[in-house]
Amino acid sequence: MHAPGPPPKKRLLRLRLNGRWREDAVAERDLLVDYLRDVAHLTGVKTGCDGGECGACTVLVDGEAVPSCITLAVRCEGRDVETIEGLAAQGRLSRLQRAFHEKLGTQCGFCTPGMIMAAEALLRRIPNPSDQEIRTALSGNLCRCTGYVKIIESVHAAAESAS
Amino acid sequence: MTAAPDQVSIKKRPGVPLIDGIDKVTGKARYTADLDHADALVGRIFRSPVSHADIIRLDVSKARALDGVVAVVTGDDCPHTYGVLPIAMNEYPLARGRVRYRGEPVAAVAAIDAETAERALNLIEFEVKELPAYYTSETARVPGAVLLHDNKPGNIERDVHSEFGDVRQGFAAADLVREEKFNCAEINHAQIEPHASLAEYDPATGRLMMQTVSQVGYYLHLMLAQCLEMDSSRIRVIKPFIGGGFGARVETLNFEIIAALLARASAGKVLMQLTREETFITHRARPQTDIKLKLGMRKDGRMNACECEVVQRGGAYAGYGIITILYAGALLQGIYDIPAVKYDGYRVYANLPPCGAMRGHGSVDMRHAFECLVDRMARELGLDPFAVRRANLLQAPTRTMNDLTVNSYGLAECLDKVERASGWHERIGRMPPGKGLGMACSHYVSGAAKPIHRTGEPHALVNLKLDFDGGVTALTGAADIGQGSSTMVAIAVAETLDISLDRIRVVSADTAITPKDNGAYSSRITFMVGNAAIDAAKNLKAVLVAAAAKKLEAKPEDIECAGEVFRVGKGDQSSLPFADVVAAALVDEGAITVKGSFTCPPEAQGGKHRGGAVGSTMGFSYAAQVVEVSIDDASGLVTVDKVWVALDCGHAINPLAVEGQIEGSVWMGMGQALCEETRYLEGLPAHASLLEYRMPTIAESPPIEVQIVESHDPYGPFGAKEASEGALAGFPPAMVNAIANAIGMDLNELPVTPDRVMDALIERRRKAKRNALKAAS
Repeated sequence: MHAPGPPPKKRLLRLRLNGRWREDAVAERDLLVDYLRDVAHLTGVKTGCDGGECGACTVLVDGEAVPSCITLAVRCEGRDVETIEGLAAQGRLSRLQRAFHEKLGTQCGFCTPGMIMAAEALLRRIPNPSDQEIRTALSGNLCRCTGYVKIIESVHAAAESAS
Repeated sequence: MTAAPDQVSIKKRPGVPLIDGIDKVTGKARYTADLDHADALVGRIFRSPVSHADIIRLDVSKARALDGVVAVVTGDDCPHTYGVLPIAMNEYPLARGRVRYRGEPVAAVAAIDAETAERALNLIEFEVKELPAYYTSETARVPGAVLLHDNKPGNIERDVHSEFGDVRQGFAAADLVREEKFNCAEINHAQIEPHASLAEYDPATGRLMMQTVSQVGYYLHLMLAQCLEMDSSRIRVIKPFIGGGFGARVETLNFEIIAALLARASAGKVLMQLTREETFITHRARPQTDIKLKLGMRKDGRMNACECEVVQRGGAYAGYGIITILYAGALLQGIYDIPAVKYDGYRVYANLPPCGAMRGHGSVDMRHAFECLVDRMARELGLDPFAVRRANLLQAPTRTMNDLTVNSYGLAECLDKVERASGWHERIGRMPPGKGLGMACSHYVSGAAKPIHRTGEPHALVNLKLDFDGGVTALTGAADIGQGSSTMVAIAVAETLDISLDRIRVVSADTAITPKDNGAYSSRITFMVGNAAIDAAKNLKAVLVAAAAKKLEAKPEDIECAGEVFRVGKGDQSSLPFADVVAAALVDEGAITVKGSFTCPPEAQGGKHRGGAVGSTMGFSYAAQVVEVSIDDASGLVTVDKVWVALDCGHAINPLAVEGQIEGSVWMGMGQALCEETRYLEGLPAHASLLEYRMPTIAESPPIEVQIVESHDPYGPFGAKEASEGALAGFPPAMVNAIANAIGMDLNELPVTPDRVMDALIERRRKAKRNALKAAS
């Protein structure tokens, strides 16, 4: 009989997730993406690759876009984590969500949550970005459907709707 | 309904956002891996570490004995093959007797967690006797090579030979005859969602439920019944949200059957999530292709003859192979008027992951070669590239020599539009150093007119349900994979009934609920399912009009309905709102269900010659595009600065979605042209991550200016044809033609990576130096 390995050591993680503080037991090796999807059930965070390649898992940590699939959950202790589920306030779409919907910045939608979170970080930093600034900020987020044309249009439309 | 030019008028709508778009932008959309799997076992696959071998021993007893392992399955658990064409199903979900590519599934485990499943894989003992492996079409075809499949001599899955018109006479009458060889690398769909299936088997009821990434849920359903020896009525296949397809999921895939086998063996629920590497290995994409193309042209640009040989390295199993090699030949026609066309195609087996269908199925590499060679011959004859295409246009309606019907043809207008938009005549020949312009044309089918399974059923069916709430539910088996097909169905129904789009819900792709549909392939949904949706809506309208007539005490033919109001004649005072008409219609009857169907008539289903069904369609889309490039001759880097594209989609039912599809397909063509390439080292994929498989990021993606041409197809729904594939094939040749315009070099290999450009530049410099030395001596 082959025995399973020892269970991983867990510790308490306290963080502010989409505006609400919470505590969960996590293993030190747990990735943020797995914590968000499996523990917090925020499945808007996607896994599209085997680690740090596609950007579909992008979330905001203290306002900065990070790939949650190569971030340890325990590194978020005491920090502010935002996912796509936190963007719509009381069910009202955020400016980026509305723009991506109306301008067809989303087709299959799999890259969309990560793409919108990366764009959200950009707009908080630069409220009216140029094409080049959008391209730079989103260059770690792969989309296979749109050819990116309508993604750039969507980010511009969101920026304009805020001003 | 069968096809007839019986058109419903449509209001010109601006773009309609996707009806499921809000779920996508809020993160609510559930893809397969997002479904509740708290109680599911984890499925993992043991894959062959060698490319070609006879299996001597497979021992899974230690894996099975590991604590936490619930089931282990091997080839012994499924003695049935699966595949696409009934005549070419030569693949087992788990290898039996022999493995034919590195990464081929051999065994699979279901365990309580991922760690245990992976430990179990390491306990599997696998002993083989290796055989010679072939990684190129050339080596696989060498006389005496070991056969991958005993019934396929020469390792040729299928050879195709056809000649229409007199090619010899055509070349004899030509003023210029040129022949060139082209080579296009194998590429992959690389949809962003990795493959996943959630399979659930209930031993108490003997029922299987599969939620999976399939574009063809009904084919999968049938294959599951075959491979698991289950009664088809005990199976249900549901499509959750799907993160892109592009052909990757257009056939039953091994992991789907394996997940079902594991679910049954473990009497429970199994989540099978493939890694990105495994998703690449599952493959089924565009094969590496060698093309030898010969064209004959008159001084005025008129083409006399075409002779084309295509060799595709198809990988280890049949899959869609026969269809792919037939498409490459069939779609030599249907775009230009060429009086003689000869084709020789060879689909070759090799010890690599099986190829399959990918956007522009079969036509892309051939079209690349064709449009490059036409351009070069035009240059040699001193003709403008646009003029040469115009000299060879078809006149619709027509029937090609290989029996393809062309009912609408907007290519001339596409040419006009991109010529003007790009400022072609003002700019060509006056580009700054290192910059160039190139153009090309392309076309694609709006649905394969002959279905793969010839059952006699309609080619598309839509059910509509109208009940007490006044909502219309459209039930369609068509798989929305992000292209917006459910939105198209909603618009078609709303337009035909002239009711608000918000009144429609679309339930799609659930084999227990929705009517059978062949799936999301060959760009068939808009044309076929769109027509079926219109037919269903007309039938529902007839029920409502009859109810309104009875209530208003008028004759049905006097009832007019518009904007959710039914009235007698024009300007008459007596009228009923939609809700009242629905209430009247439900009296004595209850919920109303109607259906609508569409079937391509036999005359559109291709010629009688062998393989003549492939390429046949009710309507071709046509596209022309101009590409502007810059080349850095120090690094060999090609930058695409801008694309102007026009596509004839017959009628844009949803212009926003049409634009999105055209942009996406042009961009996908750009990936193939610039940088995408699968590479194997002795069968080991060297490209199997999204970093090593290089697709363009947003940083190197150009503006794409889209123009829609509407040729109003007489049989299309509201006159519509496909818009998702037709523009792809034009990009690579337009770009290569632009490179020739920029630096005067004709490149014959795809992708045009910097190293290939540098090799060509260095070779040219050496040649110039040699010539200079020769002249001096």
